[in-house]
Amino acid sequence: MIKEPFEGVKVADFSWWVAGPLTTKTLADYGATVVRIESAKRPGGLRTTMPYKDDVPGIDRSGFFAFYNANKYSISLDLEHPQGRDVAKKLVSWADVVVENFNPGVMEKWGLAYADLKEIKPDIIMLRTSNQGQTGPFSRLGGLGLQLNALTGFVHFTGWPDRDPLSLMFAYSDYFVPHFAIAVLATALDYRHRTGKGQMIDLSQSEVCLQFLGPYLMECEVNREESVRRGNLHPYAVPHNAYPCQGDDSWCAIAVFSDKEWGKFCKAIGTPPWTKDAKFATFLSRKQNEEELDILIGEWTINHTAQEIMGIMQTSSIAAGVIQKGEDIYQDPQLRQANIFWVLKHREMGDFTHMGQPCQLSKTPAQPRMPAPCIGEHIEYVCKKLLSISEEEFDQLLLSGAFGV
Amino acid sequence: MLSPYRVLDLTDERGFLCGKILADLGADVIKVEKPGGDHSRNIGPFYHNISHPERSLYWFAYNLNKRSITLNLETAGGKEIFKRLVQTADFVVESFPVGYMESLGLDYTTLKETKPSIIMTSITPFGQQGPYKDYKASDITLVAMGGLMYITGYPDRPPLRISFPQSGLLAGSSAASATMTAHYYRQVTGEGQYVDVSIQASIVWAITNTIPLWELNKVNLKRQGSVLSGHIDKSATQRIIWPCKDGFVAYIIFGGRLGISMGNQQLAKWIDEEGLADDFIRNFNWESYDLAATTKEVQSQLEAYAEQFFSRHTKLELYQEALKRKIKIFPVYSPKDIIKDPQFQARNFWMQVEHPELNETITYPGNFFKSSEVDTNIQRKPPLIGEHNQEVYSELGISTAELVQLKQADVI
Repeated sequence: MIKEPFEGVKVADFSWWVAGPLTTKTLADYGATVVRIESAKRPGGLRTTMPYKDDVPGIDRSGFFAFYNANKYSISLDLEHPQGRDVAKKLVSWADVVVENFNPGVMEKWGLAYADLKEIKPDIIMLRTSNQGQTGPFSRLGGLGLQLNALTGFVHFTGWPDRDPLSLMFAYSDYFVPHFAIAVLATALDYRHRTGKGQMIDLSQSEVCLQFLGPYLMECEVNREESVRRGNLHPYAVPHNAYPCQGDDSWCAIAVFSDKEWGKFCKAIGTPPWTKDAKFATFLSRKQNEEELDILIGEWTINHTAQEIMGIMQTSSIAAGVIQKGEDIYQDPQLRQANIFWVLKHREMGDFTHMGQPCQLSKTPAQPRMPAPCIGEHIEYVCKKLLSISEEEFDQLLLSGAFGV
Repeated sequence: MLSPYRVLDLTDERGFLCGKILADLGADVIKVEKPGGDHSRNIGPFYHNISHPERSLYWFAYNLNKRSITLNLETAGGKEIFKRLVQTADFVVESFPVGYMESLGLDYTTLKETKPSIIMTSITPFGQQGPYKDYKASDITLVAMGGLMYITGYPDRPPLRISFPQSGLLAGSSAASATMTAHYYRQVTGEGQYVDVSIQASIVWAITNTIPLWELNKVNLKRQGSVLSGHIDKSATQRIIWPCKDGFVAYIIFGGRLGISMGNQQLAKWIDEEGLADDFIRNFNWESYDLAATTKEVQSQLEAYAEQFFSRHTKLELYQEALKRKIKIFPVYSPKDIIKDPQFQARNFWMQVEHPELNETITYPGNFFKSSEVDTNIQRKPPLIGEHNQEVYSELGISTAELVQLKQADVI
């Protein structure tokens, strides 16, 4: 009997950047055999994005790439080369699942459209996840997840009322699209198990983004009103903000919803006289005087560390959390005990912390087996062991330039 | 595709996207609400701004495609009925505080005695174990603890939260992924299991290169306004958002091959065609432009051309023409713009859902995926409180007369 959920599932992974590779990472972390098809000739995406080990750039030294790519094999192929494409097709016939996130048209150019794949392997499951789907006038514009922040409303909903809308510094949707991708891939595998049928899944990343935006799109349509950015304020909570604390750029978030919680909050901060002021007595009056209230609270929080504030609030059952920086997350005792980070010995980078999985499955937890691969690290293993290519044929492929190395 | 399977969904806003995703995949998702309805029905925005538990657009959006029954799990009768329901189900998804289901005697250990193959998923702020497991949390404290806030905002202002709650959405989608992973294992082996979802960990999954930046370079990725940073080298930033005639657009002036694929050259040509170029930009060597090697002066010179150019056009002019010229300029859309966007319309993304109780048809975002094999249309409107009591309970063999008694006894 299998010990891991996706044990025995074979994945040909043509994806790059983040949304595709995080999808295949989850498959790999739960036991699938994932082969990443990369191009040593045109390495791109995260492999050329910082941080680098010892600050020295190098194709196998990107911590961004390594952090999100544990447990996979890597092969390099030149897909412009006919024999490179032959190896790709062998991988397709080996695979149960093909994942790609190129702009529409790229897989077609290589003769790897869904119709081609189906001919090679009739029950193949192909997940295609491009920025705006496989069809429609803007599908071929392509682009990055960073730009979807703008297109799908996240920029509109971020920022301060007195300043321009603000963009997140990174491709937000690249990190949640993979969850939708896994849900539909596991479903498609189940469906194939029951019916014998494969399928092509068109997972438009912009359409996934709108799953988050639903209420506000409907609000606009039904009420002819648009919600907008409002800093850190919340319509149903006051105080509700980030408050300055002792230390360099240290902050603590506090959220107080009901009058009852307000009472507990006042007690927790030692009931200074201003808390008795009539202008803070009710939810509505606190809302009216929120700016002043936030200043007064900040005058109290600044004398404590963020950890202390969180402790004081939690003791009084008030929601509060340190606004954690990279180093805080890295050391967070809660995350450490959950074993969501894996320290694995990377061939080029040595001991390096890889991301694990955010959820814990009681019987089949995600397992670290291999560090993130160096580019083309497993060409020989994949060809000979997984694809049963003979020694002779392999040598010929190597000479032909099929691997682009 | 999941039509053979039943989900009992006991979640609120901390997890109801999980059940929604399973429903969109075809599962029979039954929302189990306390009598009077799930408290998250009180979250706005509301239909015509009428604050009423059956008018919440917030609740509608994430509970479409589900059925609803009411059941009081704090009564002996309610627990007994719940166990009978579990026998008919394949999944239980809940988002109560840690320990609550156990206090009712309805934790995984108990439920698997009732139904050995059940998969139970719990979504909580910090997971079931660890020093913070009982911490009080809300969206802002979770995006704080998960690292998303520190990297969002301006350097001269406090860290910033996205203005609508993200934590339950990140956790709900993460839970759907883990739940379906557990399901595929059950499909092959017959065995169920327990899935423990931490909202904080689901946020940490999504904070880009924050953690390796600290581990390798001892740099805390920090908010710096609408710029990309921590990608090329430690000090370089690239502007993302630009004002245009009627709003804002997104464009990033990358170097190298990425810059070429973004359309830098085509943009320069377009700027030239409008008479805004001089020899500097006309003769600029995009092939060798490298963000790691360029100077701040060159970068700001290039930005000045772009800024002037974008300000002369509307966001839709820019977007439409960018498509023709293969330049990756994207509009900053508000909800109103998204609804009118030609791409979503061309893909028949939007779904018309009838709400007979409101005498109205409401347009919803459609399913999150399309498939060559199955129809992915929306099947059901979001349910009223206990709308399917009769339907579901009669399947369990509970008669109409008994339903009346159970209602009187505050069980349903």
